[in-house]
Amino acid sequence: MSTVMSTVEHLDRGPLGRDELAALVARDIPPGSFVNLGIGLPTTVADHLPPDSGVVLHTENGMLGMGPAARGDEIDPDLVNAGKIPVTELPGASYFHHADSFAMMRGGHLDVCVLGAFQVSERGDLANWHTGDPGDIPAVGGAMDLAIGAKQVFVMMTLFTKDGTPKLVPECTYPLTGLACVSRLYTDLAVFHIGPEGVTVTETYGTSVAELASRLEVAVRPAGSRDRTKGAIVSHVHPAADHADHL
Amino acid sequence: MTTVFTDPDEAVAGIADGSTVLIGGFGMAGMPVRLIDALIRQGATDLTVVSNNAGNGDTGLAALLAAGRVRKIICSFPRQSDSWVFDGLYRAGKIELELVPQGTLAERMRAAGAGIGAFYCPTGVGTPLAEGKETRVIDGRTYVLEYPIKGDVALIGAHVGDRMGNLVYRKTARNFGPVMATAAALTIAQVHHVVETGALDPEAVVTPCIYVDRILDLSAVEGTS
Repeated sequence: MSTVMSTVEHLDRGPLGRDELAALVARDIPPGSFVNLGIGLPTTVADHLPPDSGVVLHTENGMLGMGPAARGDEIDPDLVNAGKIPVTELPGASYFHHADSFAMMRGGHLDVCVLGAFQVSERGDLANWHTGDPGDIPAVGGAMDLAIGAKQVFVMMTLFTKDGTPKLVPECTYPLTGLACVSRLYTDLAVFHIGPEGVTVTETYGTSVAELASRLEVAVRPAGSRDRTKGAIVSHVHPAADHADHL
Repeated sequence: MTTVFTDPDEAVAGIADGSTVLIGGFGMAGMPVRLIDALIRQGATDLTVVSNNAGNGDTGLAALLAAGRVRKIICSFPRQSDSWVFDGLYRAGKIELELVPQGTLAERMRAAGAGIGAFYCPTGVGTPLAEGKETRVIDGRTYVLEYPIKGDVALIGAHVGDRMGNLVYRKTARNFGPVMATAAALTIAQVHHVVETGALDPEAVVTPCIYVDRILDLSAVEGTS
């Protein structure tokens, strides 16, 4: 497993839509993983997981084996997800109390968690719980536990705000959720891997690495490129390579 | 020794002003609404409430807040689409908020129930919620020192109880119930119905009776189906 990947630039199309982005994240979740999907956009990743993936969904209010949203007669006020939306249980599901549920997260037992974000820094710092606006009532929920607990933290967000300000930044200006915890960043314009070697672009959509580099204040480089300062090859193993048949 | 009550007002008798009250539930799932309604009638005030959320709509915890009985709330997620009661009190400066990450909130109560003096937790390191807290590096990782949250009273919702006070829960309504039951000096559980001692499978009991002082049998309460 030492494949050196090169960046794929999709220049003949526009940015990813929300559904396409969710499908891309689902593609990169290894089969059989235990996964927590955050509230909002990350929840939609579940719709793109292949039925035979063996992925088990965790919801931090105390359940493994969470099924799709409940409809009609399935709705049970005692069975909700972290967003308090009625959900269903799948065969093999289990229930546990909050201290156990968060021990599962904090203890590093979850393989992947997928979160939304206001900002991600080039070191993988995450800001997703508070805008910092003094008029906003702060609410953190399980965001900080998820950020530092899972083996891998994937973030889904648009790369720029509506007014064009980058959300991948040298330093987060919003209040932090966790330090150096994000390993992958999935955006409408590109997928980034974040690690000790810096920020690498693995895929672009409707733009190029060069164009991204010009719009961001963060140093980004294509996968497989030579880091001149360290003289090392930046190599990435694509986890989806082993289950490409799921695409 | 657990006492089974059929009158909600008797079930909450004796809760003192200034108490710290742990209230179960995640949103409305597992929320002990009948016990909270009885607490409002009982009149205890100047309370510190520990709960994941800060009330939904106008019932349950939201009604307790609206009645002006709560001085401080310790929770992880006060801001919700239907948390208008809390929002109004907070913006008017009429309620104090201590915001705690959800897992740390659960673990602080677990620690209280388990006799742990404090614990080093990795959650929140480097964030505003860890500001001013003692930290320590263990095996290269930084942790924040967190202290237990002990309740004078816990109000929780469970599914079925037996006459000894053993409890089982239902689906995600379990949430904070088992942890809060261990962390309070007086634990009061509302259950949908009570069965005879021996009727619960001992292997399936989630909260053993040692943690439960009073049970409110909702099946015997007037106006409850």
